[in-house]
Amino acid sequence: MTTVNMTVNGKAVSGNIPDNTLLSEFLRENLRLTGTHIGCDTSQCGACVVHINGMPVKSCSTLAVSLDGAEVLTIEGLTKGGKDAELHPMQVAFNDNHGLQCGFCTPGMIMTGIDMVKRYKAEGKDLTSDAIRAELEGNICRCTGYHNIVKSIEDAATKM
Amino acid sequence: MYSTKYHKPASIADATAALTAGEDATILAGGQTLLATMKQHLASPSDLVDIRAIDGLSDISADGNVLTIGAAATHTAVASSAVVRDVCPALADLASGIGDPAVRNVGTIGGSVANNDPAADYPAAMLALGATIVTNTREITADDFFEGLFSTALEDGEIITAVKITAPAKAAYAKFPQPASLFALVGVFVADGAGGVRVAVTGAGEDGVFRQGAMESALGANWSAGALDGVAASQDGLMSDMHGAADYRAHLIAVMAKRAVSAA
Repeated sequence: MTTVNMTVNGKAVSGNIPDNTLLSEFLRENLRLTGTHIGCDTSQCGACVVHINGMPVKSCSTLAVSLDGAEVLTIEGLTKGGKDAELHPMQVAFNDNHGLQCGFCTPGMIMTGIDMVKRYKAEGKDLTSDAIRAELEGNICRCTGYHNIVKSIEDAATKM
Repeated sequence: MYSTKYHKPASIADATAALTAGEDATILAGGQTLLATMKQHLASPSDLVDIRAIDGLSDISADGNVLTIGAAATHTAVASSAVVRDVCPALADLASGIGDPAVRNVGTIGGSVANNDPAADYPAAMLALGATIVTNTREITADDFFEGLFSTALEDGEIITAVKITAPAKAAYAKFPQPASLFALVGVFVADGAGGVRVAVTGAGEDGVFRQGAMESALGANWSAGALDGVAASQDGLMSDMHGAADYRAHLIAVMAKRAVSAA
């Protein structure tokens, strides 16, 4: 067991956890942040993507104990102020463009989408629909056929 | 995943001590392969020694035309490094095509090289560029380093600290990815460097990465995609699996080699 301290969605959290605890398990089981989904648990599907120190990472393939002192952002951290709070522009765009059907992959899609929009803006690159599809390489959706996910991210990019 | 003991040493000496003290200790450099392997119970190390907090181990620098990349540099760091882009753009391009963005943010060059997966991208670059693998005890040439399927010249407790690459005159990597895993079904790295023309193939060989001698000779005489016309890759020693038979992989080697030469 190891004690780990990190900041999750702006709040200091800590846990005394087995060393083999994955970040996805720590978020869901210890912190009850069940918005981060575990789809494949083999790092293929991307449903578990969260941001660690500003970078998207697959939380099912990261040990929680290795993240002492890290800043973690999950889907729950995108809005502030409870259930009536304003959604993040990426969440609004997924809603407006019907960017989900069953919704299981959506937390990962949104965390990945936010990163790609920010990164392309910072680098001054054009986030084309082809670029979005390439960037979504590590996020699998079994319902939508991706068209509306791509449209959602394109839409959000104009509002972020 | 079976239980394990996590260590985060701040120095190579502390890392070595933890590796030696553990009954079956192994190095954690990014864990994008290791943790998946542990989940499947294909590995069950007693101790994980995370080398990412060791000072300087993620640094990327160039001294003239010699590039040094720390073992804990992530694929994203290599892909986005202005230094790598300047000295060996082909390597930055290769790094930008490994796995997916989230995996690239965590996976490291040292981890990939040490694991020597027969379908990994970096081993092809190391072999074609005639890289030097620097460890805590010695320097090993890529020719001596990659010994076979998931096996390398590393001794127990030996830690890769960096890889060193001399800028090639020309180089490029072309990969035909297996679409589900994004590993190379066949990847070919071509380089015209200090050690002459080298062609290294990953994803195809039963013993992992290998050099393609006939293509090296043809390109040494005439560096052009056309020089590879009629230079067929042998099927001997190539993998056959559900993703592709040996003859298909042999065909892809020729196609990828030509694409790489054209891109270099």
